[in-house]
Amino acid sequence: MNYKFDFAPVIDGLPDLLWGCAGTLGLALAGMVLALIIGIGGVMLRDSRFAAMRWLVISFVEAIRNTPFLGQIYFIYFALPLAGVRLDPTTTAIIALGVNGGAYAIEIIRGGVQSINKGQIEAGLALGLSRTLIFRLIVLKPALRAIFPSLTSQFIMLTLTTSIASAISAYELTSVGQAIESNTFRSFEVYGVVTLLYLVMSWMLMQMFAQISARYFSYPVK
Amino acid sequence: MDWNQFLLLLGGLKWTLALSAIGFVVGAIAGLGVALARTSGHRMLERCTAAYIALFQGTPLLMQLFVVYYGLALVGLKLDPWVSVSIGFTLHASAYLGEIWRGSIEAVPRGQSEAAKALSLNYISRMKDVVLPQAIRISLPATIGFLVQLIKGTSLAAIIGFTELMRAGTIVSNQNFKPLLVLGLVGALYFAICWPLSFYGARLERRLATATR
Repeated sequence: MNYKFDFAPVIDGLPDLLWGCAGTLGLALAGMVLALIIGIGGVMLRDSRFAAMRWLVISFVEAIRNTPFLGQIYFIYFALPLAGVRLDPTTTAIIALGVNGGAYAIEIIRGGVQSINKGQIEAGLALGLSRTLIFRLIVLKPALRAIFPSLTSQFIMLTLTTSIASAISAYELTSVGQAIESNTFRSFEVYGVVTLLYLVMSWMLMQMFAQISARYFSYPVK
Repeated sequence: MDWNQFLLLLGGLKWTLALSAIGFVVGAIAGLGVALARTSGHRMLERCTAAYIALFQGTPLLMQLFVVYYGLALVGLKLDPWVSVSIGFTLHASAYLGEIWRGSIEAVPRGQSEAAKALSLNYISRMKDVVLPQAIRISLPATIGFLVQLIKGTSLAAIIGFTELMRAGTIVSNQNFKPLLVLGLVGALYFAICWPLSFYGARLERRLATATR
């Protein structure tokens, strides 16, 4: 092996790469907010009185979960202009991330709703707790606690998935890395550093969620 | 869409299936090694495999493929793109399957391996005859879930420039300017492969949940 590593172009590009990290986190955050909205709406429709509604949600979830994200983002990228809507790549990526994450969020949130114990609500009523207090302490907090681990790992997955948005050149870390690579041809160095930056980001998110979980959800189950 | 374009898609489909199969089978063999090392009780081995797993779970699959692709070229190996991409998917699968199976091995009640030890079974037969058969049953739903992820993940080989189903789809849609039709068809093909697996995995999971209740 007589290859000489040269990290100089990567070090020069470090400010750009850090901005790329911000772009990645921004995409993931915006995508997750949209995913949660779709998730909550989907859960409500999933248990709707109308069979057609239920089937619509089930088909949406299955279609999204059994096709690749790259295909979904291409589809949205090409389909929206046909419907007369012109959006920039970054907005398209947020929509694709939200739709994809939403399908997973529906299943996660549904699990949380089903985990609520009806008997405890009745116990709360019997103890004379107000409706808002019952919702906050007996419905919301245990449900949030039940879904917190899956929801946060879903968020980390979504953060990693944003790298695929580079395929339509949305602004995020991978596309910034690709731009540096195509100017300097230091492929291995650039992608090695970019990979490390992703590792740092997902590690930091994991630590943050663990702190939140320890702060708010650490009480005995029974 | 004419007949030749349809054949191009089918050719891509063949590569998608081949990449998934190689990644899953070779990755499963390596993943078993990772899972056994991760639960070996040997401190150094456990730490190394934990770091290996964390590395793959904390970075995007696309970056893993890039690093492997350019890394192998850099050490002077002149490989066909499909070989480098297969190596990338194999490493990815070995880490994820290693983690899934570590969980399953640990989910087998401790008494089982303690009883096997009391009967003075050695490590190999303790694992082969007592722990792993039970762990495999527990791990099946998650393993199938990962297989679906892997099949979908092979679409990222398209970004490297390898002509599997997704890239065949973009090539065809650039020829006939019918992206919605072609991408819809490509999506339907992925769905036809993945959905039966997901369905089977979900059924196994329900059955396992009732069996252990």
